[in-house]
Amino acid sequence: MLVASLGCAALKLAGWSLPQRLLEGERLQRAAALLPVALLAALVAVQTLGEVDGVGPRVAGVAVAAVLLAARAPFLVVILAAAATAAALRTLL
Amino acid sequence: MGLYGASFGAAAVTAGLSTAQACVLSLLMFTGASQFALVGVLGAGGSAAAAVAGALLLGSRNTLYAVRMASLVPERGVRRLAAAQVTIDESTAMAVAAPQEHARAAFWATGLGVFVFWNLFTLLGALGAAQLGDPADLGLDALVPAAFLALLWPQLVARSRVALAAAGALVALVALPFVPAGVPVLLAGLVVVPLLVRR
Repeated sequence: MLVASLGCAALKLAGWSLPQRLLEGERLQRAAALLPVALLAALVAVQTLGEVDGVGPRVAGVAVAAVLLAARAPFLVVILAAAATAAALRTLL
Repeated sequence: MGLYGASFGAAAVTAGLSTAQACVLSLLMFTGASQFALVGVLGAGGSAAAAVAGALLLGSRNTLYAVRMASLVPERGVRRLAAAQVTIDESTAMAVAAPQEHARAAFWATGLGVFVFWNLFTLLGALGAAQLGDPADLGLDALVPAAFLALLWPQLVARSRVALAAAGALVALVALPFVPAGVPVLLAGLVVVPLLVRR
């Protein structure tokens, strides 16, 4: 955990300290822009579908989140609605 | 921001971290997506190496933010160290969006403001979750992927980004039964490689 924390902090400091030339390569810029898209999508998929236990209500919760995001709801509303949906379905079913 | 921090604290405790560990992550790592990824992998029983690698890959975008900020908001010495720590999505976005003469104020105000609230609410969320019963009863297991989806959403600005996201998700799901927890997400990162080589 400390390794990851210090690593992430070092990544920020690197950008402030290293010569700009080194980090302004077009390929590197594209990688840093695209990598989070693939990683976050993978995290959504794995965290939603990765465990069989309770998967139905979880999928419903994430689906509600997607609808709210499409409607430009604020972050808070989105995540609370996702949790509330899953919790409500578990209580009802 | 507050509830996002609280949701991280709750997610971390749900994943088996102590309240103190959750707070250390928010203080030192201080980059939301990486923190969520780390506790997500650990909570799923993944190895420390896979958790660290995922957090670092997601944190790498901060390096590029920092390059941008170093030219927009020049700082030296200790102030540069502090500036580096608060270089995140929000502070970079505000500094870039502000008129140039206000970029520095926007960067620091956003960075420090988010830092204070993020850490305060991480503590509250962790303490709260430690008091509560089964996290699944509260739907907290749906909250974490919803948070990732909310982070992803603004990035889906073009059809090619949506395709990339779908490819990443597919790779991770296909790999899921065969590799240790945490590794599917790393494999998903590989889908950007062909996009970099082709041009």
